[in-house]
Amino acid sequence: MKLAYWMYAGPAHIGTLRVASSFKNVHAIMHAPIGDDYFNVMRSMLERERNFTPVTTSVVDRNVLARGSQEKVVDNITRKDSEEHPDLIVLTPTCTSSILQEDLENFVERAQMDAKCDVMLADVNHYRVNELEAADRTLQQVVKYYIEKARKKGELPEGKTEKPSVNIIGVSTLGFHNLHDCTELKKLMNDLGVEVNAVIPEGASVHELKNLPRAWFNLVPYRELGMMSAKYLETEFGMPYVDIAPMGVVETARCIRKIQQVINQQGAEVDYEEFINEQTLHVSQAAWFSRSIDCQNLTGKKAVVFGDNTHAAAITKILAREMGIHVVWAGTYCKYDQEWFREQVSEYCDEVLITDNHAEIGDAIARVEPSAIFGTQMERHVGKRLNIPCGVIAAPIHIQNFPIGYKPFMGYEGTNQIADLVYNSFTLGMEDHLLEIFGGHDTKEVITKGISAESDLGWTKEGLAELNKIPGFVRGKVKRNTEKFARERGVKDINVEVLYAAKESVGA
Amino acid sequence: MTVAEPQALNFECETGNYHTFCPISCVAWLYQKIEDSFFLVIGTKTCGYFLQNAMGVMIFAEPRYAMAELEEGDISAQLNDYEELKRLCLQIKRDRNPSVIVWIGTCTTEIIKMDLEGLAPRLEAEIGIPVVVARANGLDYAFTQGEDTVLAAMANRCPKEAPQVEKEKEERNGIQKLLNFGKKKEEVIEEDSEYVDHPPLVLFGSLPDPVVTQLTLELKKQGIKVTGWLPEKRFTELPVIEEGYYVAGVNPFLSRTATTLMRRRKCKLIGAPFPIGPDGTRAWIEKMCSVFGITPKGLDEREAKIWESLEEYVKLIRGKSVFFMGDNLLEISLARFLIRCGMTVPEIGIPYMDKRYQAAELQLLEKTCHEMNVPLPRIVEKPDNYNQIQRINELNPDLVITGMAHANPLEARGINTKWSVEFTFAQIHGFTNARDILELVTRPLRRNNSLKDLGWDKLVKEEAKV
Repeated sequence: MKLAYWMYAGPAHIGTLRVASSFKNVHAIMHAPIGDDYFNVMRSMLERERNFTPVTTSVVDRNVLARGSQEKVVDNITRKDSEEHPDLIVLTPTCTSSILQEDLENFVERAQMDAKCDVMLADVNHYRVNELEAADRTLQQVVKYYIEKARKKGELPEGKTEKPSVNIIGVSTLGFHNLHDCTELKKLMNDLGVEVNAVIPEGASVHELKNLPRAWFNLVPYRELGMMSAKYLETEFGMPYVDIAPMGVVETARCIRKIQQVINQQGAEVDYEEFINEQTLHVSQAAWFSRSIDCQNLTGKKAVVFGDNTHAAAITKILAREMGIHVVWAGTYCKYDQEWFREQVSEYCDEVLITDNHAEIGDAIARVEPSAIFGTQMERHVGKRLNIPCGVIAAPIHIQNFPIGYKPFMGYEGTNQIADLVYNSFTLGMEDHLLEIFGGHDTKEVITKGISAESDLGWTKEGLAELNKIPGFVRGKVKRNTEKFARERGVKDINVEVLYAAKESVGA
Repeated sequence: MTVAEPQALNFECETGNYHTFCPISCVAWLYQKIEDSFFLVIGTKTCGYFLQNAMGVMIFAEPRYAMAELEEGDISAQLNDYEELKRLCLQIKRDRNPSVIVWIGTCTTEIIKMDLEGLAPRLEAEIGIPVVVARANGLDYAFTQGEDTVLAAMANRCPKEAPQVEKEKEERNGIQKLLNFGKKKEEVIEEDSEYVDHPPLVLFGSLPDPVVTQLTLELKKQGIKVTGWLPEKRFTELPVIEEGYYVAGVNPFLSRTATTLMRRRKCKLIGAPFPIGPDGTRAWIEKMCSVFGITPKGLDEREAKIWESLEEYVKLIRGKSVFFMGDNLLEISLARFLIRCGMTVPEIGIPYMDKRYQAAELQLLEKTCHEMNVPLPRIVEKPDNYNQIQRINELNPDLVITGMAHANPLEARGINTKWSVEFTFAQIHGFTNARDILELVTRPLRRNNSLKDLGWDKLVKEEAKV
């Protein structure tokens, strides 16, 4: 048992449902108790979805506990088949069905006999994988199912498209800025003269899946979703894949160069260098921003980064490599894929943090007192408490992270958006500090910044008053160093003298 | 699907395939109500994810609730339940020092048959903090019924008799009064002379403190003294419940608590409509009065005055129809109030219908329909959301009260909706709060009135399936 009240990645079935409901005309049936269909609320609220979420529940209640599901699951599948005529029904196990150990595979087989649509059991174990791993797995499962089906029927199309083409794999519902990224990636492919053969799973029909092998290569923009499908297609059809997230100026260029290499190997003769140059110097504002005096002011400022693998790694590189910001630590909650993360970021930050415990993250932020945080909604709230600005760069996210306006993180427009996000986070912080330095509206008495910072030392009134004269952005550090100094010397009450003695001693 | 006008209420039961919140959501409002409690939900990531998302930003206020997240070792019994729970509860004791730890049993603890009721007394003795067990799981219950399971468990913890030494209690109260000066309830208790001599009355149901004060004062006007309230603001202040006490519920979803109070604590239940809407509040007070042989004073004027102040809202909904999809068990009372406001209600969906506990409310609903001369609604227990949406399409009601899963899709199809969960969190009880109910009900209508000339009613393409 683990004491917890916040989690970064959801349970496995959420991942399966995200993939299933991203496809067009695919219905998911959860084998779950009443109340577990919370996914529908999230999709309807966060994505402001106009259509009913194609997810229903085959309810597990007392009767099911006593006698098993019997005909219930099969009936629910065939009923949904006749009501909605989906192409595919994905039976989705939950934590509850994992322990009931009912033979869901058998239900699927029986339902398949009566249903016109295809029926499949999502192959995910609640206790072994999380939302992201489950999504990756389910997508691969669906792809494999329809490739094999087409192969069996002899319907797999032969050969490649005439022009270079790509499958974009991994865009899904409830993904962080996924739909905007998708638009930007399509635009980028268009600029490169690469046709988009398919985008999966978002908005795709399962009937299109047999055409996947016609593309020249696969692009997997997100590390968390799509890698398994890309690897499957590589094994089956020798399709190469590009798994460099085009996020940030340098990585976008790297992604494009890799695409160039991959399609030139298959007979295309393209040279994207001039395009990259033009975009970098004149279209995207990010490179120019790095050079401008605004960004000069950010040099050496401390930041911390936390999120999923894709976003935390990309943002770390952007901050360190493209803006000269000092990333004290970068972290991910994708523990299952931590080697990749370490390898990506270790040269761009002082320390790598792998954890899915939000309290540990909160303490690590309090400890280093960065000028800005780039993290999830949880880190934003930590920032609020500590008075440190935060840019949200990864899920878990709230409704405000599903903006209506166009805000991709990927491609060249993405670089502009990220530059704004970073810059706004820092300037807000600076303005705040300037106000404090010039005796602005800050009359707050509270000075304890650490989340877990417990101080057993007393400050005299004068000592506190003096401490409050110190500008906010170094005050926490001064306070801590002074307390350390006092503790080492057994001083109980910290007055002005002690404060300055400490300053002289440690240069606080 | 036109229904011929039935003479008596028409009950149906569908497939139970409907959307509602998991009953563990009750921790969100109960931990705020019971200030010295800590709620530990013993379940899986699925439960945690639900709480984290359903409670939105509340999660960041260092809530006094947490998940005991079960891992594979717990499921396969490789780990010892007792030792695991002890470890977590000691941690909670150390960090928060609550007066009670409430264990919320979930679907998983049911299926693996974790004997929470057996473990709790042992652990309670060992760590010295009361441990209350409530099985608020989705296998058996819906949404607000979670509170019912917690209060039923708490009912067993209420002291059996008033402390012997009255003086000591007075003294303690004195100190408490000093600490909470200005607290309204204390003042109410002080002046005993204003009350009629009647047997002790304990009310049950968790309500925000201002509403508790309002209802208590409302009864005081009739000379009825509220001896205690289940739950109180603190676990340590749970009311004394002796055999023969009278009890009355303030919410329609508290049938287990009522049963427990009657059977285990030998109380007499006053079956009344619920104090929701001015009509319900009046009927509720009248019923109490009649039980204690009191002639109600000034209720006519009080109710009339409230209705008068509601007229601007009532104008907006009079003659309109409302369809309840059903998810929080407040549906019967709300429908009864809205019919009194002049609305018609073709269907009341409800997760679970206790015809005995809600008997007086059902009677009042029937009476209201006759008096307002509208057809009796069909009451659909364990509704099927898919079928309901077909019926909504046919009936084209002016307003659908529904969960968030269906609200946006219905709005996109030009159907006004109100999110049902808001009725659970808003203050809706008593005369004072009738306005808040109508504020909620009319909000979509008022909003859409201001947008109505824009021609943006249907925002899905024709071929889109419903």
